[in-house]
Parts: sequence; C-alpha cells; structure tokens
Amino acid sequence: MIRGRVWKFGDDIDTDVIIPAKYLRSVDKSIWPKHVLEGLDPSFSSKIKPGDIIVAGKNFGCGSSREQAVLAIKWAGISAVVAESFARIFFRNGINNGLPLIECRGISKAVNEGDFIEIDLERGEVHTKQGVLKTSPLPPFLQDILKIGGLVEYYKKKVSANLGR
Amino acid sequence: MGSTAVEKIISKSVGHRVKAGDFVEVSVDFAYFHDGTGPLIIDALNEMGVKRIFDPNRVGIVFDHSVPPYSDQAATLQAKVRRFAREQGISKFHDLGEGICHQVIPEKGYVAPGMIVVGADSHSCTLGAFGLFSTGMGATDLAYILATGKTWLKVPETLYIKCDGRLSKGVSSKDLILEIVRIVGTDGATYKALEFAGETVRSMSQSSRMTMSNMAVEMGAKTGFIEADEKTIEFLGRDGEIFRTDAAVDSITLDASSLDPKVACPGSVSNVKSVSEVEGQPIDQAFLGSCTNGRYEDLFEAAKILRGKRVHRDTRLIVIPASKSTYIKAQKEGIIDIFLEAGAIIGVTGCGPCLGVHMGVLGDNEVCVSTSNRNFIGRMGARSSSVYLASPQTVAASAINGQITDPRRYI
Ligand code: SF4
Repeated sequence: MIRGRVWKFGDDIDTDVIIPAKYLRSVDKSIWPKHVLEGLDPSFSSKIKPGDIIVAGKNFGCGSSREQAVLAIKWAGISAVVAESFARIFFRNGINNGLPLIECRGISKAVNEGDFIEIDLERGEVHTKQGVLKTSPLPPFLQDILKIGGLVEYYKKKVSANLGR
Repeated sequence: MGSTAVEKIISKSVGHRVKAGDFVEVSVDFAYFHDGTGPLIIDALNEMGVKRIFDPNRVGIVFDHSVPPYSDQAATLQAKVRRFAREQGISKFHDLGEGICHQVIPEKGYVAPGMIVVGADSHSCTLGAFGLFSTGMGATDLAYILATGKTWLKVPETLYIKCDGRLSKGVSSKDLILEIVRIVGTDGATYKALEFAGETVRSMSQSSRMTMSNMAVEMGAKTGFIEADEKTIEFLGRDGEIFRTDAAVDSITLDASSLDPKVACPGSVSNVKSVSEVEGQPIDQAFLGSCTNGRYEDLFEAAKILRGKRVHRDTRLIVIPASKSTYIKAQKEGIIDIFLEAGAIIGVTGCGPCLGVHMGVLGDNEVCVSTSNRNFIGRMGARSSSVYLASPQTVAASAINGQITDPRRYI
C-alpha cells in the first residue's frame, strides 16, 4: 500500500518540463531531482516531502525518451504517479526503474492538491476521500519487474536463476 | 480476419501469428542510441553485470545531441560512450559530425524493410518510413536489449491514415503531418501504431515520408509505418521483406489536395493553425534542420525561396543539415552558398538548437519558427520563449520577412 499527499498537474505534462534538456548532460546525477518539474513550477523540488504522490491528467510524460524524467521524479522522493493516462515510453521507463505508475480514469476530478490518497497496486485500486477508484492492474510480468525494483534487478534475477539451473 | 503490416512483422519475429493487444517477447534486429542516452545505457549494463553485448554488429551509435560538446561534462560523457564502443567492438559507431541518428542509420543502410528496430530516442519512430517496425524506448530498455537481443512489446493496434490527392504548391509533407496531429491529438494514438498510406504518401519522396513518420510520437504512437517500395530500397541501398496491411480496424481518410501551409502554435504540437491565421507574428529566430526537416530536399525547397533574398535584419536564420552527406550534397549544388549569401548561419551537423541546449538557444520571450517537431514550454530555451513548428518553406519565407509568412507569397 502506498500512501501520500497529492500534488496535482494537468494534461500533456511533457519530459521537457519535467526535466529540461540543459540538465541532462551532467555527470552529477543528483542535479536531476533538484530541477524536477521546473518547467512548470521552479520551486517544486523544495516543496516535496518524501512519499508524496503526483496526480496528473492525460498523456503524462509525453515527449522524449529521456529516462532522467523518471529518475528526477523518483529521486525527488515521489512515491508514485497516478494519471488519467501515460505516454508509452515514459510508462516503460517508470516500470523499468521501479517507480509505480497507475493509470486511473477519473483521478483528476476525484482529488484536490494536498489530499491524501492510498494506492493498492495488486488490487489496482486508488482510495480517495471521494471513494475508491478501480484501475486495471498491470500484467503479472510487469508487476514482477516493478516489485523487484526495476528491469536491472529483474535481469540479474533471471541470470542467476539460469545459472542455478 | 486480416492483419496489419505491423502485426505481420511482429508475428514473423515471434514465430506465430499475433494480434493487437498480445504481450510478446521479440528479437530485435537492430538497436541504436546516441550520446544523450548512451551514458545511462552503459550505467545500466554495468549494474546488470553485462560484460559483452549480444551482437556488436546489430548495434549503431551516432553522436548527435551535443555536437561538438557544449560543456566539459558533456565531453566527459561522450568519452565514456566512445570507450564503450571501442571495448565492445561496435563498428557502426559514428562520432561527432556524421549527422542525426535517425538520418544516419538508414543512410548507411543498417536497416531494411521488415525488421524490428529499437532506438533509445523517442523519434526512432522515424524509421517506420522504411516499411519496418521501429520504436523508441528508454535507456534501461536499451540496456536489456543490448544484453539479451530481446524486448517485450504489446502488439499495437494500427490507426491507418489514408491520404489522397496531390499536395498543392508550397505545401509539403510537414504541413500534412501537422494537420494529422491536429486531427488525432497529442495522445490520440497512444500505444498504437500509425500507418500512413494512400496516393499522397505513395507519390512522396522517401525524405518526405520520413518527415511524416518522425512525428508519429507526437500523437503518442509507437511507430509511423509506411509500406516500403522501390524508393525505400533505393534510399537504403538494400532489399528487405515487404509487409502490407490487408485490414485495419481503425482508419482516417484525408484529402491532401485542399491542404494549405500549417503551423503548430506554441505549447502543444496539436495546436495547429493555418499559416494565414498567424501571419505577421514577429520572430527572433528561424531554424531549418532537425530529424524532421534537415534533409537535402528540405534545404533545397528553402533555398528556392531564399535565393537572391536577405534574411530580415531583426531575425537570425540557423541552418543545420541533418547529416554529413546532406551537407556535402547541398554544398556541391550551391545551396549552402545561397543560405550564406542570404545571411544565414550554418551550424555543425547534428541536432543543433532543437533540444534547447546550444547553437541557438532562445532568450526570454524570444520567438522561433522551426522545422523541428516539438514546441513544448522551454523546449528551445527560456521558459518564456516560444516555438512555432512549420515546414522548410514557411521557415524560409518567415526568415525573409522577420515574421511568420505564408510561403506561397514567394512561389
Ligand atoms: S533533431 Fe531534435 S528531435 Fe531529432 S533526435 Fe535531435 S534532439 Fe531529437
């Protein structure tokens, strides 16, 4: 169960506003979470408390394939993103890095900024003040990747399982 | 029930018939990445403990995002990728100045119709114009592919877009694809494949087709497929297997003959209007280049308008050929001279100012008209700057006037 305070964003939040390209070519990765969503709110990173949840409209994460967009959100302390829908590359990147992404129709209307919500990943439910919203849970192999912490860990587990055979 | 070309390509790869909605594991025929995504891919491979990649001959690397590097850190990261290419014996490695990956990979003939291709860049959908399945993924997915030669896919539905009629003078495939983005919307094709078909697309050059496929991701699509033909084979310099759609569930039909020049206004690629509606909007910069419209044909069409003219004194025009071979051809044909004489600045081959980090970054409140593919907030520079997306012809005409201008005034 994931529980956290909500930050709300609108539709079509693109990867350029999540993390502008000028920060990407850095050998210091700690710079990314400091600039998360700077394109929309320059002081956003300083407002986040660990465990907070982002709620957004449709097509969250559209644009470039930059994985730094997922890492900036995750390392800033955000525990999950719940959106009406996600852009597909961002969605893969989220799962691959162990950041829970929940596609949930009606979420934008159901919560206000500052609300606390609870997410039950296995049952595919989001609990809000206004009631429970149902989502379709991920296929089992994607849930496995998410649970183990991402695709790197998933690969390592697969390799060691094969070696043990 | 019939299948789509994309379903057939994936079916062939997995060895049995698949349909839209199935989750499958596919073998990847070719994978590529650039200096921007490379460092994270290498980090992921190291974390995975992978010593040797699956097949160095099926991997391409092209440096295009930071050419030449704009900071010490960018240079350090490139050195890391360069070292990796050497250690892994990747011969299809193209260092600074060869061009943009989506242009160089097909120009070199590394891919062929019928293949499954994955690039660590969202515009890898561009290669769908070669009758293959090509899609963009992130760094960790690419690392997994480099380790195993495989990836998982959800077989996409195809949204089939049939365009009939001849484009009129001054109207290009860029205007057509902008109109399609307006109709489909920024998320109208999420998780789907787009297929562009019909007489308009068949009669287009391979370059114009690439402009269409390039912008598939702007509608959320996995790829922008176009059936291969002789033009495709000629461009690649190699043969392949041709796949055709015999039935698509979802389709849109468009009459291209009535189309006028379009622009995507700042903030969203689907915010598309006719150029005539925004004519007169002053601009500070005009950019001709990128993986959308930096090919020879684009430079040629823009040069026709700029020949003997001057770029407006309140405007700068930046021209960047998409690849070295484009540059050489444009130079030989005298096109580069036309730009220089008109007062344009010619940049080093690569992505240039498209991603807003160097070689033409926009300042506060500046306005740019660009042939690239994204006009998000702050994409090309300051948060308060704005970008209008348009065809090479519109960009050239606008550069002359210092304001957004219908190119048909010069044709
Ligand atoms: S030209 Fe622009 S859109 Fe194309 S690959 Fe380079 S940065 Fe990306």
